[in-house]
Amino acid sequence: MLGNFDFDVIRRALPYLFLEGMRFTLTLTALAAFGGLVFGTLIALMRLSSYKVLGRIAGFYVDFIRSLPLVLVIFWFYFLVPYIGQWVTGASRPITVGAFASSLITFIAFEAAYFSEIMRAGIQSISKGQPAAASALGLTYAQSMRYVVLPQAFRNMLPVLLTQTIVLFQDTSLVYVLSIPDFLGAASKVAQRDGRLVEMYLFAALVYFVISCVASFGVRRLQSRIAIVR
Amino acid sequence: MNYNWNWHIFLEPNPMGTGTYLDLLLTGLVVTVKVSVLAWIIALVSGSVIGVLRTLPSRTASWIGFCWVEFFRNMPLLVQLFLWFFVLPELLPRSAGLWLKQLPNAPFWTAAIGVGLFMSARVAVQLQAGITSLPRGQKQASTALGLTTVQTYRYVLLPMAFRIILPPLTSEFLNTIKNSAVAITIGLIELTGEARSMQEFSFQVFEAFTAATVLYLLLNFVVVTAMRFLERYVAIPGYITGK
Amino acid sequence: MIEINHVNKWYGPTFQVLKDCTTSVAKGEVVVVCGPSGSGKSTLIKCVNALEPIQGGDIVLDGVKVNDPKTDLPKLRSRVGMVFQHFELFPHLRIIDNLRLAQEKVLGRKSEDATAKGMKLLERVGLKEHAKKFPAELSGGQQQRVAIARALAMDPIAMLFDEPTSALDPEMISEVLDVMVDLAREGMTMMVVTHEMGFANKVADRVIFMDRGEIVEDAKKADFFGTPRSDRAQKFLSKILQH
Ligand SMILES: Nc1ncnc2c1ncn2[C@@H]1O[C@H](COP(=O)(O)OP(=O)(O)O)[C@@H](O)[C@H]1O
Ligand SMILES: [Mg+2]
Repeated sequence: MLGNFDFDVIRRALPYLFLEGMRFTLTLTALAAFGGLVFGTLIALMRLSSYKVLGRIAGFYVDFIRSLPLVLVIFWFYFLVPYIGQWVTGASRPITVGAFASSLITFIAFEAAYFSEIMRAGIQSISKGQPAAASALGLTYAQSMRYVVLPQAFRNMLPVLLTQTIVLFQDTSLVYVLSIPDFLGAASKVAQRDGRLVEMYLFAALVYFVISCVASFGVRRLQSRIAIVR
Repeated sequence: MNYNWNWHIFLEPNPMGTGTYLDLLLTGLVVTVKVSVLAWIIALVSGSVIGVLRTLPSRTASWIGFCWVEFFRNMPLLVQLFLWFFVLPELLPRSAGLWLKQLPNAPFWTAAIGVGLFMSARVAVQLQAGITSLPRGQKQASTALGLTTVQTYRYVLLPMAFRIILPPLTSEFLNTIKNSAVAITIGLIELTGEARSMQEFSFQVFEAFTAATVLYLLLNFVVVTAMRFLERYVAIPGYITGK
Repeated sequence: MIEINHVNKWYGPTFQVLKDCTTSVAKGEVVVVCGPSGSGKSTLIKCVNALEPIQGGDIVLDGVKVNDPKTDLPKLRSRVGMVFQHFELFPHLRIIDNLRLAQEKVLGRKSEDATAKGMKLLERVGLKEHAKKFPAELSGGQQQRVAIARALAMDPIAMLFDEPTSALDPEMISEVLDVMVDLAREGMTMMVVTHEMGFANKVADRVIFMDRGEIVEDAKKADFFGTPRSDRAQKFLSKILQH
């Protein structure tokens, strides 16, 4: 019961939880969001391109990834990345990839599928007149995408992209299955070591809750401000 | 890639003595289906109640709906499962906690309820959106005929709202199936879990994960096809749902 | 039959939509309400069957005080028919089921009685052969006639119409007005928001003119069309009679 709730366990673990665990979680979230956005945009462009084959490949990738549980994808990449590395570098044995690199690759590959759907919707929401006007000015396809369409799509979709990033932030906790000390992993480690599951898991839940709440509140404000500007 | 492929591994007996490795995976598939269906029922029922609450004029009702959704949406599913599985029994009176911990199949029930509640927040948001997308006159017309609020929801608003949100509900059901794999962290051996144990016993990691992948794709396909039929079955002649 | 005494209503803290409105509709009387858009006509008529709450004054319907917390509102509403601008048929129900729903759920009629009554009314509005169709398969004029039949199926003591023809294509207006004229001639008590001055001329006993939440004019038909006493009503009339 809460009678013997030990706050001191949490206090002592704070430096480890935040300087190690939360730093891992936030770095992974930020880099995966960035990578996911870049590759997601490329995939979206492929899907919308006039080369049918490119569109098919991109569409297949997105549907495929989105049909699989993230946990399974994490396992896939954890075992697959060393072999890919070997193939790329031409080494004689599967290379060893660090926990961070492995999870980063996983999350970029996974999130790219989700971000691509958002960017695709964003690009499609831009009126056809915009690229037409751009090419009338003499811009190439790449230029009109780079300077006219994508910035608008990105801005319109920013709230959705940020909401997806909050989901990503929560999803990074699943690296737990690889025994990686992200925030939850760190909390879990302390919990096991000190036999203080109640304190550590409640605290972890609270931290995730506060961060997600504050972030989604911010997104909602941003959304209403964008709505006014438009 | 110098990896020793061995696709015959599926027909070799598994070390648990429960038949072949394929049997192992199929057992996992059954667990995934069971846990997902149960979770989906929980999500649908509680999510519908909460979604309706969020559309009522009562302040209290929408406040309860708001808190429910924010609570289940702002914590990772994994953390929520840990709370139900590890923390809840400790917070209950000793005897109740002990009873919970000794429940046979505890990971299964925890997963079903935990994933169900997690998904209920999403169902609630979808249903709320569906109800608010209906013309305001529908509620007024039904009220003007003398139907009570409960009857208005039961006979007029919900039948239309559910039809409208059928496509997003399909993806939420698919999400439920995918999310059931998170329960591997509280010791539920479902499809991903069985693939993992096959990998550990047989070292044929890619065969195991390929099989699990195929089974998930198959499951997706079945659900999507079934929902297409349902959509067609409940479609209203002449009525064009906004796309 | 309908008495509206010094009714005040606000939307939100500052916007007063109805200002000290007083009027009445006697049994068998037909009263037409007109006025510029946004003047509060719909709001006034919705207050009569408590679709909208009022903050001041009284509304009494057949001796029952509408704004009394003890009043059984569903029962009261079931005795007043209401027809909306956008028909508000229930899209997922067949025409006959639209007519049956409230008869069975509110009045507790048996299914076969409700069906018989529904068919009789459909015949009356000339749509018997469409009973098995869905609303979206009917034209606007037909839908509005179904909506009138649906209201009549409850055996109402009075009927409220909120711009019943303004969402219709011109060629469908008369088929709806014809039904309403018949109803008026049979002695139904009616309160009709409309800009169809031809209808007013034919069957109205009195005409009410509203502007900015106030009842500016409340006169016998002959007086209203003869010489409206207020400038505002005169201006309004000349505008709509131009066309
Ligand atoms: N639910 C509401 N909330 C706030 N304002 C409303 C609402 N409904 C109507 N109004 C406002 O009240 C005024 C009167 O509306 P209404 O009764 O619909 O006018 P009319 O039917 O005469 O065109 C309008 O200014 C309208 O914008
Ligand atoms: Mg109106």
